Amino acid sequence: MTHTSDPKTRRSAALAASRARALARSPMQSVWHGMVQSLPFLLVMVPFGLLFGVVADAAGYDLAQITGFTVLVLAGASQFTAIQLLSDNAPIWLVLLSSLAVNLRMAMYSASLVPWLGGASQPARMAVAYALVDQTFALSVDYFQNTPQLRMAQRLGYFTGTAILICGSWMLFSLLGATLGRAIPDTIPLDFAVPITFLAMIAPALRSLPHAAAAGVAVVMSLLLVGLPAGVGPMIAALLAMLTGAAVELRLNRQRGAAA
Amino acid sequence: MTQSSVTIWTTILLLGLGTFLIRYSFLGAIGNRRMPAWFLRMLRYTAVAVLPALAAPLAMWPDATGGQFDPARMAAGIATVGAGAATRNTLAAILAGAATLIIGLYLS
Repeated sequence: MTHTSDPKTRRSAALAASRARALARSPMQSVWHGMVQSLPFLLVMVPFGLLFGVVADAAGYDLAQITGFTVLVLAGASQFTAIQLLSDNAPIWLVLLSSLAVNLRMAMYSASLVPWLGGASQPARMAVAYALVDQTFALSVDYFQNTPQLRMAQRLGYFTGTAILICGSWMLFSLLGATLGRAIPDTIPLDFAVPITFLAMIAPALRSLPHAAAAGVAVVMSLLLVGLPAGVGPMIAALLAMLTGAAVELRLNRQRGAAA
Repeated sequence: MTQSSVTIWTTILLLGLGTFLIRYSFLGAIGNRRMPAWFLRMLRYTAVAVLPALAAPLAMWPDATGGQFDPARMAAGIATVGAGAATRNTLAAILAGAATLIIGLYLS
């Protein structure tokens, strides 16, 4: 037991050193650092981007429409949701409702960034909002929290770096997928990349009871409601799941409050 | 595909605008003002509610097999969730799912 303090002090020394390095970076160096730290996510963005291009091309969308999706929407999961439901001939209001519901989590990201970037200029905040996706958010909020003393220009620089690499690779590779898609052999089971990616994005959150309960209700209800018109079942299932998650969280909070 | 070009572009433009407004909401318009607690509580669960609801039918009745249950794809889905929950790492989850799918399809 006496040895446990040793790795702990080493870890806090490493954290202090990385903080000092972060604070010493110029805004340009912060951009570069953001890009470097985004590199591992290329392993996700490249195949996922290619896949969107391939799937959209196979569904009959032209290059301008695929570019429109990736540049104007810039939100992978909702883009897949939209083309899936459009192909199922779901009514347009339902396509929009389901696809926007997938993106509602980004309102949480927006709220979480207020303490760090709320003081930036209006154009800067609009640019951040445009590029606010799962990966740019996760990297940036972690970086900002680890080094709270960063200057605004360093924060915006880091976010810009993550956005260049992550959003840039998403656009580049979805267009590449759209143009080269036909060359990919049919034996590669690309179809299942969509559900795998969806599941992989939520799995790390399932350790909390409310999150697990919400996901469980979503799975069971969407399977039970599969006979409904395209998009309606998942929509109802998701709404019930959100209520479940919120209710379980509230109950846990009350129990903790009573125990304290 | 049966949709007209107008339908598709309308979807793209409205989806783009709506997504931007969601992302801009707190940073831009709402700022530090307080939101109702029940609303924030629901927002926390949107991703774990919507994405599994979309993924579950695709895993149970995959399009690629014409809606027939496929053990390889179901195993891949379970491996993805298992690895993701165990490692808390999205990339590890994707790799575990993809590896399971490739092995499963090879064996079947």
